[in-house]
Amino acid sequence: MAHAYTPGLKVTENELLRRRRVLPIPGEVVVEEGAKVQPHQVVARTFLPGKVEIVNVANKMGVDQSDVPGAMLKKEGDRVAQGEVIAEAKSLFGLLSSRATATLAGTIESVSGVTGQVVLRGPPQPIEVDAYIEGQVLEVVPDQGVVVESSGTLIQGIFGIGGETTGEIAVVSSSPREVLNDDSLSADLRGRVVVGGSLVTGAALEKAIELGIRGVVAGGFDDQDLRRFLGHDLGVAITGHENLGVTLIVTEGFGRIDMAPRTFRLLKRHQGQRASINGATQIRAGVIRPEVIIPLQGTAPQSLDRPGEHGMDVGSTVRIIRNPWFGKLGRVASLPSEPARLDSGSRARVVSVWVEGLEEPVSVPRANVEIIEGRD
Amino acid sequence: MTPLEDIRVILATDCGSTTTKAILIQKMGDEYRQTHRGEAPTTVEAPFEDVTLGVLNAVTELAELSGRKLLDDAGRIIRPARGEEGCDLYISTSSAGGGLQMMVAGVVRSMTAESAERAALGAGSIVMDVIALNDRRLTHQRIERIRQLRPDMILIAGEVDGARTDKVVKITETIAAADPKPRLGADYRLPVIYAGNRSRRDEVTRVLGGKTSLSIVDNLRPTLEEEVLLPARERIHDLFLEHVMQQAPGYARLMEWVDADIMPTPAAVGAILKRVADEARINAVGVDIGGATTDIFSVFGEDFNRTVSANLGMSYSISNVLAEAGLANVMRWMPIAIEERDLRNRIKNKMIRPTTIPQTAEELVFEQAVAREALRLAFIQHRSFATRLKGVQQQRTIADSFEQDAGIESLVKMMDLDLLVASGGVLSHAPRPEQTAMMLIDSFRPEGITRLAKDSIFMMPHLGVLSQVHARAATEVFEKDCLIVLGTCIAPRGTARPGRPALAYRLELPGGEERRETLRFGQMRRHPLQRGAEARVYLDPARDFDLGPGKGVPLEVTVQGGTVGLIFDCRGRPLSLPSEPAERVGALKTWIEEVGVYSPEAIPH
Repeated sequence: MAHAYTPGLKVTENELLRRRRVLPIPGEVVVEEGAKVQPHQVVARTFLPGKVEIVNVANKMGVDQSDVPGAMLKKEGDRVAQGEVIAEAKSLFGLLSSRATATLAGTIESVSGVTGQVVLRGPPQPIEVDAYIEGQVLEVVPDQGVVVESSGTLIQGIFGIGGETTGEIAVVSSSPREVLNDDSLSADLRGRVVVGGSLVTGAALEKAIELGIRGVVAGGFDDQDLRRFLGHDLGVAITGHENLGVTLIVTEGFGRIDMAPRTFRLLKRHQGQRASINGATQIRAGVIRPEVIIPLQGTAPQSLDRPGEHGMDVGSTVRIIRNPWFGKLGRVASLPSEPARLDSGSRARVVSVWVEGLEEPVSVPRANVEIIEGRD
Repeated sequence: MTPLEDIRVILATDCGSTTTKAILIQKMGDEYRQTHRGEAPTTVEAPFEDVTLGVLNAVTELAELSGRKLLDDAGRIIRPARGEEGCDLYISTSSAGGGLQMMVAGVVRSMTAESAERAALGAGSIVMDVIALNDRRLTHQRIERIRQLRPDMILIAGEVDGARTDKVVKITETIAAADPKPRLGADYRLPVIYAGNRSRRDEVTRVLGGKTSLSIVDNLRPTLEEEVLLPARERIHDLFLEHVMQQAPGYARLMEWVDADIMPTPAAVGAILKRVADEARINAVGVDIGGATTDIFSVFGEDFNRTVSANLGMSYSISNVLAEAGLANVMRWMPIAIEERDLRNRIKNKMIRPTTIPQTAEELVFEQAVAREALRLAFIQHRSFATRLKGVQQQRTIADSFEQDAGIESLVKMMDLDLLVASGGVLSHAPRPEQTAMMLIDSFRPEGITRLAKDSIFMMPHLGVLSQVHARAATEVFEKDCLIVLGTCIAPRGTARPGRPALAYRLELPGGEERRETLRFGQMRRHPLQRGAEARVYLDPARDFDLGPGKGVPLEVTVQGGTVGLIFDCRGRPLSLPSEPAERVGALKTWIEEVGVYSPEAIPH
């Protein structure tokens, strides 16, 4: 195939950014096209259908299923309070009576004379969607939500946990190689998005939660620590719903891996600015990567953040994403067209890469490099 | 469509979730052969959202490689074939966009719900969840779950015909209360199939008729002793074409192009395996291990079963293999030491960058260790699913009880298995065929005499759909081009103390050469025997070992060769590895060296 290599993650200084903010089911859009919005401003709201419970009235009252409709004190569509009597049956010349009550407050949805069951539906649950990023409403999607447009810095991570949040950027590591330990964190970082270098330790993440830090961005994280935090082995990479008290964004991968210098420089340049971050990751069809967005006011964006379609050429900057040079950055030296034999014994198309610190270019399967995209 | 006898050129595509694969089959002299193959990324998702673009790209590559013009200037497939242009038949399968995703429901989990699950799986579906009255969930939990799922279709079974209970109506009411919505397209009603108690059809229609697109077929468990899956499977297939395919981007157009109905990829793989097993009168197991899921198919006599282990795979799901198997079970296949922290990070890095491939021998060994566990777990799931109907009284002998897992007899009897077929990246693309053979043996643990093979370039889906329209072409290509025979595994069932004699044999190789040996418990032996060659072997198992006819009973058979040859496996069944680490590594290295799994430089003994 023409594009056998991983397209890479976006790391750009100034992009035109668009984020679709829609409700899971139709509802009301509360902002207008062109409106300026803040990250936490609600843009659309709706009500989810209420919780459903089924009451087996026939069993509860000890009557035949077919007698249930006749015993109902409430009919379909009636509102009921929790504990309210909804059906009553009398027996033994009216001397004995049995009753069934509503298990939740809501309405009677259906009554069945076949199963003797009554379906109760609770009150609707409100849900809201906020703007997530600071910007302007580009488009209103009727009954669903909006598209918010902004321009700013976009950094995609490779993996994350935790959902959307915002906070001022605070770079605490002095270099992309430095490990973010718990002793680098202090109480004044509360509410911030903290940036480390090559690794955030489990102890540092624990302390971040303790201190009320909103987000942590680092090159790597150990799977052993992830397991400890989640309380289980993460089987499939679909994340974003965790409720750990902090959002973690890993930019390079698992283990200790230097953050790409460009990513580190960009984050450092925006020290003190407010960022919107999201740890949600999905690595199956419909890929979702975690992201850091830093809206920039008054600067013209250079392009729209569409997925990169650039090919790999001699001179392209790449990162090697598998052993034996996992995590190393380099530049493409050549792109041999014929497949080569690997040490594993397989044959694959390869790319020759100049790796920092090595005297000769190394040969790597094209599937094992990713292009570092974007401009400084 | 061109009459069958005049078909000379066949174009087939399989639209997978990531890649669309096109193959060309041509009549060469009097036989059909697969000649060329092309592929391109699948284009179901944004920004393309039209599956036919990927199909055209794959066909274009195929045309370039074969030198045959397959598309006209307007981008249409040229039909019929004339000279060096066009094809006579175009067919396709599809699992793009997540394939066919279903939810099934029944009254009792291990009875009607399981029959419904079997019908859905057999039709090539992914079963997202099984709802049953005894599934240990509360009603509101079931409702929440149904709401979240958004399946392509729901199949409801429950109760035998004429049963005078209200249980199946209860399940139907739960589904109606959840008011389920289809996954694709908001403007049509969710297709629901009712295949339960006939006498409850009116009530079911009353409850679900207004909310869903309900269709009714024969009860799939008319009595406890009977399971009738065909009507439900056929209706699933019809609804797949009528509703689901119509909603997926570009499929309406693809359906106009093809000369036979599009099949879900797994249904097509099952179809070809069943046909081949039926024709050769053999019992066969096929496995397809992918990045996200592992599919297993088995044909034993009249019984065909398929299971999908949704979260056992080699990239997207690799981390789940570790979670389900446990670290120790993965590590036991490693002849080299890797620190736990490192191993965990490697697995996660493969998960987040699923397209990478092993560059070093160590990485390959590690990936194949994980594959063994993924295959082993998927096969355990398959064996426990492929059983006789539960709830039916059966007479058992004492011998039967040794065959049972948790009291339920699996239809997949390893001693009766004749052919084991491997497909999927980690098995098909292993650098050495010995690696594929060894992964199959270690994870499936065949007993007695079993032929091993692999699908050369994953064309079983194409041949499955072809078998529905041109059975002869499908079978010919399957035997000549699709299957690469690895060889034969000879593995006695039984155990003994290490070093005790397990199997004596005399092997008559082609050309008259003879080998005699007594293998001890724990030993493996490989004899090269070329593909197409046969050898006569006299087997004399020790008192506690069985090759099929009984413990200690000798056997004389003709065995087939292949790219690996003959593998004698006297490590015992059930297979257990030495528990002491140094001893285990020593044993692994001995087997690796004997079978030639890895080069001596990669794994020095």
